[in-house]
Amino acid sequence: MKAIVSVIGKDTYGILAKVSAACAECRANIVDVTQSVLQDMFVMIMLVDISEYNCDFAELREKLESLGNEIGMKISVMHEDIFNSMHRI
Amino acid sequence: MLNITDIMETITMIQEENLDIRTITMGISLLDCADSDIDASCRKIYEKITRLAGNLVAVGDEIEAKYGIPIINKRISVTPIAMLAAVSGGDPVKYAHTLEKAALAVGVNFIGGYSALVHKGFSAGDKELIESIPEALATTTRVCSSVNIGTTKSGINMDAVGMMGKVVRKAAEITADRDSIACAKLVVFCNAPEDNPFMAGAFHGVGEPDCVINVGVSGPGVVHAAIKKCPDGDLTQIADIIKRTAFKITRMGQLVGTEASEKLGVPFGIVDLSLAPTPAVGDSVAHILEEMGLEVCGTHGTTAALALLNDAVKKGGVMASSHVGGLSGAFIPVSEDAGMIAAARSGDLKIEKLEAMTAVCSVGLDMIVVPGDTTADVISAIIADEAAIGMVNSKTTAVRVIPAIGKGVGEELEFGGLLGSGPVMPVNNTKSPAKFISRGGRIPAPLQSLKN
Repeated sequence: MKAIVSVIGKDTYGILAKVSAACAECRANIVDVTQSVLQDMFVMIMLVDISEYNCDFAELREKLESLGNEIGMKISVMHEDIFNSMHRI
Repeated sequence: MLNITDIMETITMIQEENLDIRTITMGISLLDCADSDIDASCRKIYEKITRLAGNLVAVGDEIEAKYGIPIINKRISVTPIAMLAAVSGGDPVKYAHTLEKAALAVGVNFIGGYSALVHKGFSAGDKELIESIPEALATTTRVCSSVNIGTTKSGINMDAVGMMGKVVRKAAEITADRDSIACAKLVVFCNAPEDNPFMAGAFHGVGEPDCVINVGVSGPGVVHAAIKKCPDGDLTQIADIIKRTAFKITRMGQLVGTEASEKLGVPFGIVDLSLAPTPAVGDSVAHILEEMGLEVCGTHGTTAALALLNDAVKKGGVMASSHVGGLSGAFIPVSEDAGMIAAARSGDLKIEKLEAMTAVCSVGLDMIVVPGDTTADVISAIIADEAAIGMVNSKTTAVRVIPAIGKGVGEELEFGGLLGSGPVMPVNNTKSPAKFISRGGRIPAPLQSLKN
């Protein structure tokens, strides 16, 4: 089972480190990362494998969303299937 | 990995353009609850609903958390209660109170099915149920009611149409102190679908399985945003954009419906492809029509623009779902759509134009506030006109009008929440259709019903 973590906000140092640390705490394995900075906006998309995660999905989501609030970024965690079903036939 | 643009598109749709699953509706058959003792019947109903739908809200919340897509409503539709009242006799309002109690127990905000199907005539229980509708809706908050008074196959039951004018009027009068809220929970149908997940018109048809999950999607904001990105495209391009967007929206409905049905152990019925607006800014069907190039919704050209929208939504959605059903089309409920409210306030959107619009979209004259002095005969005549459009065009039409008791044009009613607020719209009240309505009888089924 995989989830997509999206991180959007004003670019600053340490974003990737903080988000990956939070993923590691939940044993969510980062499979792929894409990031870009457009003007001042930082956009990062992470594909994380959560088949071994040690907390439930809602907890991972809550954890990352509250981390987002702390560091002033918008972080959302959504199951991979929603993107697959919308964009793949 | 998925394309970053696709991922961002989905996230933007949900976070900025109000994409949501409007409702997961569990249809429950109550036929096996029928009992000649009304109290026993009510007990069985309560037991069955709470047993089957006990987890509905929790499962909805769980899916919402997993996919990050809001699921706004979890609802229940049941077998038309008139059928149970036929077996038990007694005061049908008892059933309304039982449904209310069951809805409260499982935590759903609406339960539909305080209904009667009388398109060809009344059977036992039907008249009693119809007459009890005002009291049932006034003494409950979650129960919704609908009455089917016509079909393409059987014509229009004008005796029922005559009754419904009085029922709507009475429902408004006895809830006048609450902005006539009872009328917002009452729909009069022609060609009512048996698997509609949307309130207030949802009921669980007799041809349906014992229990089923139906899903209604939403997304006017997403369609609006997509069209906005193509300011100079011609209408063929606009139709293509709507189709593509509707496909994506419907896929969400299919995903959520499939998952809910698995988790609840209940068969998946249909996805309803309707574009359902809300009063929130950026979630309006009227604004889509205006984005296509109309200065205001209600001006000449509105019917054509709506026809294009409605058709493209269906074409896009139909491939995205294994079973499409319910009402499936663009909704135009005036009080629930910020753009419609504005157009009605400014006088640009009139009831006659809305009637024309209902010939090319689902569903009908929906959530329209009419002056408090509108007579029962005029309301019946409005219902008859709308039913005729549905009957002749082999489509669903409905009437949900709210007489604003003690108020006139220029004033407003405030329902709150998704039901929104509506300005009183002028109705042609000067000449009476009373004689026509009082004739009663049936309008025969049109020639197009003879397809065999």
